[in-house]
Amino acid sequence: MRALAVVLALLIGMPAVALEPDEILPDPVLEQRARELSKEIRCVVCQNESIDSSNADIAREVRLLVRERLVAGDSDQQVLDYLVARYGDFVLLRPPVKPGTYLLWFGPGIVLLFGLAAVFFFFRRQRAAATGAASLSAEEEARLARLLDDPDAAQNNQPTAPAEPKERR
Amino acid sequence: MIAELGHFALILALLTALVQGSLPMIGAARGDAAWMALARPAAVLQLVLVALAFAALTYLYVVSDFTVINVAENSHSAKPMLYKVTGVWGNHEGSMLLWILILALFGSMVALFGANLPPSLRARVLGVQAWIGIGFLLFTLLTSNPFLRVFPAPADGRDLNPLLQDPGLAFHPPMLYAGYVGFSMAFSFAIAALIEGKLDAAWARWVRPWTLLAWVFLTGGIALGSWWAYYELGWGGWWFWDPVENVSFMPWLLGTALLHSAIVVEKRDALKVWTVLLAILTFSLSLIGTFIVRSGLLTSVHAFATDPERGLFILILLLITIGGSLLLFALRAPVLKPGGLFAPISREGGMVINNLFLAAACATVLLGTLYPLFLEAVDGSKVSVGPPFFNATFVPLMVPLIFFMALGPLMPWKRADLAGVFARLKLAALGALAAAGLTLYLREGWPVLPAAAMGLAAWLFVASLVEWGGRIKLFRAPLSDSWRRARSLPRAAHGMTLAHAGMAIAVAGMIGASVWNLEEVRNLRPGESMQVAGYDYRFDGVEQIEGPNYLADRARFTVTREGRPVAVLTPEKRLYPVQNMPTTEAAIHTTGVSDLYAVIGDSDGRGGWTVRIFHEPLVPWIWLGCLVMVLGGLVSLSDRRLRIGAPKRAKARPDAAQEPIPA
Repeated sequence: MRALAVVLALLIGMPAVALEPDEILPDPVLEQRARELSKEIRCVVCQNESIDSSNADIAREVRLLVRERLVAGDSDQQVLDYLVARYGDFVLLRPPVKPGTYLLWFGPGIVLLFGLAAVFFFFRRQRAAATGAASLSAEEEARLARLLDDPDAAQNNQPTAPAEPKERR
Repeated sequence: MIAELGHFALILALLTALVQGSLPMIGAARGDAAWMALARPAAVLQLVLVALAFAALTYLYVVSDFTVINVAENSHSAKPMLYKVTGVWGNHEGSMLLWILILALFGSMVALFGANLPPSLRARVLGVQAWIGIGFLLFTLLTSNPFLRVFPAPADGRDLNPLLQDPGLAFHPPMLYAGYVGFSMAFSFAIAALIEGKLDAAWARWVRPWTLLAWVFLTGGIALGSWWAYYELGWGGWWFWDPVENVSFMPWLLGTALLHSAIVVEKRDALKVWTVLLAILTFSLSLIGTFIVRSGLLTSVHAFATDPERGLFILILLLITIGGSLLLFALRAPVLKPGGLFAPISREGGMVINNLFLAAACATVLLGTLYPLFLEAVDGSKVSVGPPFFNATFVPLMVPLIFFMALGPLMPWKRADLAGVFARLKLAALGALAAAGLTLYLREGWPVLPAAAMGLAAWLFVASLVEWGGRIKLFRAPLSDSWRRARSLPRAAHGMTLAHAGMAIAVAGMIGASVWNLEEVRNLRPGESMQVAGYDYRFDGVEQIEGPNYLADRARFTVTREGRPVAVLTPEKRLYPVQNMPTTEAAIHTTGVSDLYAVIGDSDGRGGWTVRIFHEPLVPWIWLGCLVMVLGGLVSLSDRRLRIGAPKRAKARPDAAQEPIPA
């Protein structure tokens, strides 16, 4: 499914595949942080790929850069800030929460709230309909209308049709 | 000759679709039986014509007729026969033709097996199917014709993208498309019901199996695609929240919701308006899924401009289909009479919860997938929405869904007693605690969240079995009695248990794969070893081999655990010279509870090779779970009551009444 991404990356040209052994830091704790951080950073020339899995040259450069900053003592946030200053928000796979992305971040919650409200009103209306329907079902109402319209039908109907128990409550 | 025949057949198919889309509709409006009856032969004829066109294209691929542009651009004489055939749909034009073929196939099934449908409904359903067909046939003939010739013809073709030359991907598109197109049935029935102004249990009895069939295909298609990504891309990942994946996942989420709400319509005559809306939205998402991938829209808004003709056509087609059907819905939905009433805490209420969370999850995926485009169009700023976003928003929606999924099947229709339901879930709670405890015991570092997640999966799994066990009185009646009960239980009930249990298995797999996967990258020389998760991988060396249309470096790893041999892994790095494209072929050994996964990288020129070893706990369960889900769908489809041409309702009623009452 990521065929396109791969093709695109290949067109841009690079023989290496993702993280190479020579990039790995000797300090396993720092390396672990670098790997975790790499998964949050987008390879800017790829289609929705993190620098961790990308094989583009620029991804390798950014991976090395991240490690350089970590070795220099930057915190994870400082590394991200540094990259955002260079490449913009585009480089973050987790978009920052700002006015432009409020809809993105709060959209799912809003949809859920709307859904919950809709469900609530659905049940309220249903309850209202239920109390209304308790007196007369749709069939009974139709029969009543017929009876009122046409007195002959009433006489024909009465012996044969005792109210059908159609109402499904 | 053959190409022109195919082209001609496709044009005739369009004309047939025009007839099928107009006359029977007019007939249905006027009550003219003869005009309505026209729909059936027209649908069958359309299938014959489209099949002819498809066969023609397949033939052109098989004989490598490079005078046809489409073949020249996507095939090669040295390609293995399997991929020559599957290459037919490995490109834009061919895949459109496949889409149309599947659509015609579904349409003709309504024509052939729809004898028990009311004639006006049948005519209208086939009419709507024809409209969809017209849109796709026009699109194919006008902007994406696979039968065009090229002069002068090239000496050989440009070959199919090597990544697509794989059995997994060969069958992924047809299954995905069968799923997408399958939802067109629910859509056509929904539109027909809106025109008709009538929607009853008989309608749902038809819509449900078609939706289920589409769901089975889509589930299989997505699982196959994910599996392919896992073993072919060599990244050890199985889901990337890539836009292309997301657009196939959205119809699955809504289709799953539709599957459940259709049950409520069938059994209880309730949620009709909502079900119709779901049917429309699910198919709309299928259309978006088909087109968005093809148009390149997701790469960037600008990709649309590279092929404005196609892009504009797609946009207009989507606008007419989605806008038109939603408009019809807004106008006609009030006509549909509300049906059976139910309390909030009931089986129906459970389905509403299911629909709520699935719809919200679908909205989340939609937002995340389209937001970068949206923002770029609005103020030109660029953002990326990647896996971290989806993990933060989608997963929290799944947690309550899975929790309630255990409860739903235990609740009776109309009104349920929550305390009673929870009382029956004691065993599930015990299972959840055991799974969580086991996780904490096996994994160091006190992994609270993963343990809770595993508990949730176990909760669902055990609850599904408890429900099933309750129905057949397992361990409460003699085994022979339980066996008899199991035999007489409707297949749909077995199907549900399988599908829900399969979901639990898949969820456990996803948790394991996301939380505990290990990756080690090392530079190894032949004879050197590395240890990952307790397994020793000895690198024996690399040999060069030659495939039918590629060259490869094949590495050999001998895997041992505490000295005992486990497996020999032979990952490859292939080069397809025609497109000058390298691919990785990961080698995977599965132990059933985890995968040992090896990838060979590049040589450093001094005798060392980049070696990537992944340890992927529980990953195989993802596809095992999907398989069980698909199996559940198939078992349910084989239910006598759902089978095409099922006995009339009078006969079906007794067991329908018997079934939904759990003790």
